[in-house]
Amino acid sequence: MGIRIIAGKCVGCKQCVNACPFGAISMVEKLAVIDEFTCKLCGACVEACKVNAIEMDVKKVAEKQDITQYQGVAVYAETRNNELQEVAKELLSEGKKIADQLKISLVALLIGEDVKYLSEECFKYGADKVYVAQDKRLKNYTTSPYTRAVVDFVKEVKPEILLLGATTMGRDLAARAAVRLQTGLTADCTELGVDVAARAFLQTRPAFGGNIMATIVCPDHRPQMATVRPHVMKKVEVADFKKGPVIDLKINYEPKDFKVQVVEIIKEVKEQLNLAEADIIVAGGRGVQSADNFKLIKELAHLLGGAVGASRAAVDADWIPHFHQVGQTGKTVQSKIYIACGISGAIQHLAGMQSSDIIIAINKDADAPIFKVADYGIVGDLLEVLPALISEYKVQ
Amino acid sequence: MKNIIVCIKQVPDTEKVSINKETNTLIREGVPSIINPFDENALEAALQLKEKTGARVIVVSMGPPQVEEALRQALAMGADEAVLISDRVFAGADTLATSYTISQAITQIGNFDLIICGKQAIDGDTAQVGPGIAEYLDIPQITFVEEVEYVDNKFKVKRVVEDGLEVLSTELPVLISVTKDINEIRYPSLKGKMKAKSAKIEVFNAEYIKADETKIGLNGSPTKVTKIFTPTAKDSGEILCGDAKECAEKLVKKLKQEKLI
Repeated sequence: MGIRIIAGKCVGCKQCVNACPFGAISMVEKLAVIDEFTCKLCGACVEACKVNAIEMDVKKVAEKQDITQYQGVAVYAETRNNELQEVAKELLSEGKKIADQLKISLVALLIGEDVKYLSEECFKYGADKVYVAQDKRLKNYTTSPYTRAVVDFVKEVKPEILLLGATTMGRDLAARAAVRLQTGLTADCTELGVDVAARAFLQTRPAFGGNIMATIVCPDHRPQMATVRPHVMKKVEVADFKKGPVIDLKINYEPKDFKVQVVEIIKEVKEQLNLAEADIIVAGGRGVQSADNFKLIKELAHLLGGAVGASRAAVDADWIPHFHQVGQTGKTVQSKIYIACGISGAIQHLAGMQSSDIIIAINKDADAPIFKVADYGIVGDLLEVLPALISEYKVQ
Repeated sequence: MKNIIVCIKQVPDTEKVSINKETNTLIREGVPSIINPFDENALEAALQLKEKTGARVIVVSMGPPQVEEALRQALAMGADEAVLISDRVFAGADTLATSYTISQAITQIGNFDLIICGKQAIDGDTAQVGPGIAEYLDIPQITFVEEVEYVDNKFKVKRVVEDGLEVLSTELPVLISVTKDINEIRYPSLKGKMKAKSAKIEVFNAEYIKADETKIGLNGSPTKVTKIFTPTAKDSGEILCGDAKECAEKLVKKLKQEKLI
């Protein structure tokens, strides 16, 4: 174990207990005790300890990879149905910022059946060069052939940073590719930065249900990989963009890459938009009181061109399917407007929605925690407020 | 089908975690440990396949000795065997080292047709260990699965994606990770609980799983947490006053002014 408490020095002040983001430290007879398995060796307690009673070993690296040959930022430009996804534009824009700071280039990787024509769009969002892995067998995403394309791309191009969207595709693909590349991967980042002097890529993500933020680095392995939450980074078109080279990759697929076959793609014909992509979400909780009352939520959502969300309480009560659940055991959303109706604001719900731009809370209980994250609050009965909002919207 | 391996993780019940408003830190005292909710669905999926095919269900979990509690709960629900992967040298593992460690343990168990994981754990939320295990074992993976069908040695699953579902088919062995929508979990029977109480739980240490010491724990983890902080609290918002109609009027006006709607 790489960390220990020096019993003679510990004064039992509990500073470390409060500092530990993982709850790994407890007091036993006025002495701090670290649970070695819960401990992630983040060092927060070492910093917090005023009496230097915590000692931590420096990590040993078995064999240092030669990381100097890795250079540049790469973005996996996600496509579906041969169309560039919004998250790809967001990541190219963010990738360009990072590349500019480090004075290195930005490359995009396109994988799919007929995606080469999308290079132009990649240049528009800041790419200097575009690599394409195009093959008719790549029409629909499956893990193995896409992983091979990403891994072969990294071996050839050697980027120091590789970004993918934290989508169902990106998270599946990145997790597999990172292991094959034997490098670090940070999931679902909401903030990216660089320490230019140390040439370190700073990846920040919510942890513990959004209660804490953790900044993660990958000092000795390349590429430094991260998946990035959609809808967080701003897409910016480059005004005077230049078309750079477009390079075809030759990927040596193996038969075992095609063991999983796509039988069918079912597009959900939903009355509302998909939650993760929606700009406006109207969500209902326990305060909605019945499945019937959810009609009001749906009506407002429909009127605003938004999607319907729900808290766990409403889903557990069977008023609405789990598909609509926002929060830790549901979906994480990042909408422009989030209207929480009759939702008290338990932290696991907040974890799924609190990074929305504008949060509006409607609740009978003026002390409900949801008001703490709300930009606008209405203390009142949603059964009165929602109909008023609906008619007011129609009038104005 | 012979053996189904279910990977579970013991996590703090984040539903019961609250925030100390003065210090802005998490209050964890008295927070119980539970089986990661998605992993319970993974186990349920395995138990349903067991009923259909007569397969053996083996649960594995990596963590400290107290994870035994979670494993006994899994046994009480109907798992046949439980393996605890536990050793001091595993401490500080990130997802790469964890994937390696669990895959080594699974290799020791051997002879598996199917591995089922929850789609992610609610404490870390990475969704990376399942695919990592599949890569180490060199088998296909299908993540975010909400329906499984097993016919004639072939697997047909529905995978949830942003705008719908993908129907995929694969041969065994395969690793799948499941969502909450895949099933309703069962509760342990009294008989199951009694049996689980006295069941033997195997403990695999680093030596037993033939772990390469450069690939486990802190040494095997490329990522490092450099900073932990609480998200900056929003400035307190504005409470709109008046009756329902007045509030509605004010709100719509504000949103229109800011061109949000």
